[in-house]
Amino acid sequence: MGKAKAQLPKRKSDLTFFQKVKRSRVLLLMCLPAVIFFLAFSYAPMPGIWVAFVKYNYRDGIFGSQFIGLDNFKFLATSGKLFSLTKNTILYNLAFIILGNFLAVFVAILLNEMRSKWFKKVSQTIMFLPYFISQVLVGILVFNLLNYDTGFVNGILTSLGMERWEPYSDPSVWPPILIIVYLWQQTGYNSVVYFAAIMGIDGEMMEAAKVDGANGFQRIRYIILPSLKPTIVILLLFALGGIVKGNFGLFYNIVGTNPMLFGTTDIIETYVYRATINDFNFSTASAVGLYQSLIGFIIVMTVNFIVKKIEPDYSLF
Amino acid sequence: MANKDKDLMESGAKVKLGTSDKVIRGFGYVFLTLYSVCCIMPFIIIVSTSFTSEAVIRAEGVQFLPKDITLTAYNMVTKSGGIWRSYLVTITLTLVGTLIGLSIISMTGYALQRKDFPFRNAISFFIYFTSLFQAGLAPYYLLMTQTYHLKDSYLAVLLPLLMSPWLIILMKNFVKAIPHEITESGKIDGAGDMRIFVSLILPMLKPALATIGLFLALGYWNEWYQSSLFLSSRVAVKPLQFTLYEIVNKTDMLKNSVAGQFINLADIPQESVKMANAVLATGPIILLYPFIQKYFISGITVGAVKG
Repeated sequence: MGKAKAQLPKRKSDLTFFQKVKRSRVLLLMCLPAVIFFLAFSYAPMPGIWVAFVKYNYRDGIFGSQFIGLDNFKFLATSGKLFSLTKNTILYNLAFIILGNFLAVFVAILLNEMRSKWFKKVSQTIMFLPYFISQVLVGILVFNLLNYDTGFVNGILTSLGMERWEPYSDPSVWPPILIIVYLWQQTGYNSVVYFAAIMGIDGEMMEAAKVDGANGFQRIRYIILPSLKPTIVILLLFALGGIVKGNFGLFYNIVGTNPMLFGTTDIIETYVYRATINDFNFSTASAVGLYQSLIGFIIVMTVNFIVKKIEPDYSLF
Repeated sequence: MANKDKDLMESGAKVKLGTSDKVIRGFGYVFLTLYSVCCIMPFIIIVSTSFTSEAVIRAEGVQFLPKDITLTAYNMVTKSGGIWRSYLVTITLTLVGTLIGLSIISMTGYALQRKDFPFRNAISFFIYFTSLFQAGLAPYYLLMTQTYHLKDSYLAVLLPLLMSPWLIILMKNFVKAIPHEITESGKIDGAGDMRIFVSLILPMLKPALATIGLFLALGYWNEWYQSSLFLSSRVAVKPLQFTLYEIVNKTDMLKNSVAGQFINLADIPQESVKMANAVLATGPIILLYPFIQKYFISGITVGAVKG
């Protein structure tokens, strides 16, 4: 058996390309629908990136419109738009990644310390719930809590004899609100990974620590946290790989197209969406999109390089 | 042996349960209880609002518990029948999309995990690369509308959600756990690759199919993005979540319009009606959720890192 396996690759590599295709035609056919799918929906749009370098008009199409080189990019860069969009996107993501992972680890450790199985199960189920609802509903939940006329928070403020609060015209309050909503929606999901990692810690090690007289804090500090370190590092690094990709659904459903709040809430995705769908400004939208894809690509490559150095098993490729 | 360990653990816990353990446990109960309340409270407020009369909402704002229970909002939502047609569209999209997606993902996941398939690395990379570099929204939008002519077609919602690189990787990870000897034994019996997949591998992939099927189904049920891109007002019946989106958005648009324009108050959907729509659009997920949660947890832990 072992011998046959060892011989197999050697024999295969002697085959010509067409012989390989013929031999594995069924397996190739099994992959064909997926290959067609990614060709049609992920690769086919790529030539259209050209629209970022032209002055697009509908009549001439992408490849017939006048070529203007990097003018679209120049305009975005000099107007400061590109900088403010990038800044917002990255700062929000940093907050999401750092606070999100911190809270997830915190929740997972506490869940693990609970002895009542019933409590563990019920609280985990409830914390996971916000992940399952649509972003549209998240937007409605937030509006329901915060709006000026009928919002829950304003109801409480009024009943306490305090002044009403109008967050939908105050840009400065949205960064904390968006971060809280993100944490609310994602922490249940994120803590699952950490909880599973804690469950995987060797039980004997915990027992030995107990017998040696380690108290609860010491067990968390010297056993659980060090055991979680590789998971935390890897998840943080991969999250950093996506740092220029914004969470469109969250921002668009909560802030929507309220220009009063754009200063603190406009991220790359929301800008590109409006430029495409509302303004039909495909050239500008595509220029921003290409800029984002290229930066994202470079960052992922760098992160993967680092992960490969630390823990080759976890690298993406 | 296992019993002995358990005894040791319990006696150990009894003896060693010091102050710090009590503090951690006490804090944990309080923190997790409060956090869980925060997670569920917005849902309770929505349900309460949907049962509250519009007059009470206008006067006192939305309530944690309804003061007077009324079904007016639900009668208004269900009267026109629009919501049921949206249900039908969403259920159809969910069933068809999940079935097609699941078949393709499982076939691909199996083939790409076969060690004797010479093209597996090339195809894996071909698929994976799409998550590293994307064309962006504008070229995608132009392709879908001008080349594929999918504007105002349900296909524009159905097709893009069929699969993702992440789900294929997840399936590969599930397939990896099946011993290679199963495929070998099938080959020795003279079965072809397709036959091995259908009659030997698929039955062993049931948990994987459940997990990935549920991820797909959740994606279709909660779909609003592709609809917002491609379904214009010419499409009479929109998927559920996008219908909800339009109801909410209509209010915002009217509210944001400059004062001095004439706004017909009757055009603004009432708060309770919006919430009744929200409850109806989300209800099925919340009811099913406790039963399907474990499949999602297994999916997250199997596909955690390479996601």
